[in-house]
Amino acid sequence: MIYPNINPLVLFFASIFTSNILLTNFLGMCSFISISKDLKSSNGLGIAVTLVMTITTGLNWILERYVITPLDIGYLRYIIYIIVIAAVVQVLEMIIDRVSPNLYMVLGIFLPLITVNCAILGVALFMQLRNYSFIQSVFFGLGSGIGWWLAIVLLAAIRKKTENAPVPAPLKGVGITLITIGIMAMAFIGFAGMINVQ
Amino acid sequence: MEIIVAPLVVSIISSALALMIVIVDGVVNNYGEVEIDINNGKKKLKVKGGAPLLHTLSSAGIFVPSACGGRGSCGACKVKVLSDVGPHLPTELPYMSKEEVAENIRLACQIKLKKDIKIYLPEELFNIKKFKGIVESIKDVTYDIKELRIRLVEPNEINFKAGQYVQLVIPPYENIKEPTQRAYSISSSPSNKDHIELLIRLVPGGIATTYVHKYMKEGDVVEVVGPFGEFYMRETNADMIMVAGGSGMAPIKSIILDMWERGITERNVWYFFGARSKRDLYYVELFQELEKKWPKFHFIPALSDPLPEDDWQGETGLITNVLDKYLATVIPQDTPKEGYLCGSPGMINACVQVFDKYGIKDVYYDKFA
Repeated sequence: MIYPNINPLVLFFASIFTSNILLTNFLGMCSFISISKDLKSSNGLGIAVTLVMTITTGLNWILERYVITPLDIGYLRYIIYIIVIAAVVQVLEMIIDRVSPNLYMVLGIFLPLITVNCAILGVALFMQLRNYSFIQSVFFGLGSGIGWWLAIVLLAAIRKKTENAPVPAPLKGVGITLITIGIMAMAFIGFAGMINVQ
Repeated sequence: MEIIVAPLVVSIISSALALMIVIVDGVVNNYGEVEIDINNGKKKLKVKGGAPLLHTLSSAGIFVPSACGGRGSCGACKVKVLSDVGPHLPTELPYMSKEEVAENIRLACQIKLKKDIKIYLPEELFNIKKFKGIVESIKDVTYDIKELRIRLVEPNEINFKAGQYVQLVIPPYENIKEPTQRAYSISSSPSNKDHIELLIRLVPGGIATTYVHKYMKEGDVVEVVGPFGEFYMRETNADMIMVAGGSGMAPIKSIILDMWERGITERNVWYFFGARSKRDLYYVELFQELEKKWPKFHFIPALSDPLPEDDWQGETGLITNVLDKYLATVIPQDTPKEGYLCGSPGMINACVQVFDKYGIKDVYYDKFA
């Protein structure tokens, strides 16, 4: 196996800032737009995404390396990844409910939403496509999760401001949100070339 | 070879994950035995933990009212919890006022029993029973509403206030694997203690209504739980303005029959019944007969879209418009009034607005979600 020569820590920061999964790849947009109305919920969803992303990327790496590649069944990758994600979400939900009811309160309704968050599947697929090592993959997953978290919290904060701003009537609500996301994306894409993540 | 490998790998991975979920579920969700203390030690139940409070109580024979059967969509199963069960869930808050949150009123279907719990239940809840009955007749009263008459067997008598509802237990059928409960108002009068009648309109895709319309036959044994509900005649002298649509006829019919039987005929009663066309009207003769015998009772059926062949002479238009018209012109203005509503949430909201316009604040209804 030849892994790309990137320091995992560099990859970690790159996936937060310069190659933010949300703002450069536009993955996970649906929950990004709908949940970012409220800062507290955004925070909860951000934590949940980070947690699930890190765990599933690691698990999927193991399956990729020891099951999918040796058996040459790459065409089943999507199915396998998605059932792993679904199962991990289920298990996490049960464990969090038991261990920390308070955290469950914060994450409770968001965890099931994450099963269908395309950013999670996206990260797993990128990890395979870019041929990362296990350590690199976990850092990539963690970084992408935190990047997603950062982006949604930023957007929630901006939306709080635009709520009281004199937005032209036809643009109120989703309209101005999409414009905001566009400008945020431009700011993030400005850094995109700084670190090569491939 | 490949054709075997692919499904094999997917099934092995899936079963490994499923096994993991089952094991985690068994370990994590095993809460052992917990104790429910009701009304400060008046009743103590030892039950298996892990399930929602509502279901645990009903399997122990205590029936907290719930119109939706535990889906968290009606907000009816409110219970005062005296011990600490954690903060309110986002699924509970939409149904709670600030005062209720402060008093730790919870939705019994949303709180999971994890440890010993102390709750308070109103005494009358202990009167709610599960009845076994036999379907005596199923009649088509319109093309999509059936009148279900049930003879109660065990226990064989029910005491209820006219206007209250029961929950009909629907056994598993087709691909519905769990018994389901749905709330239906009793349409017969309370004097008829050994029978109840329900009016059930076919809702496309509805679990209970499909069962009643397609599978239930005369002679079937059914279970009902009840009676529940705050929708009944208030003992005042105010004029009663009643509005119903479709199967919303049921509780109103019960209330009117009950008033007539008990000789409460001094109050003015206006009953507006809204339907689309003549084929949606039913029990018209019954109420017109009553109108002749009872001078203060007025029955106003109204059609919103009468067909040409209906040859309709009565009121036309949406029931809210007819109500508005009568309140403005026919019904005396200066007497106190009460509103009684039963029908779709849309109809109820629209009627409440009309009542609001005329300053009628005492409006009663059961909103089934």
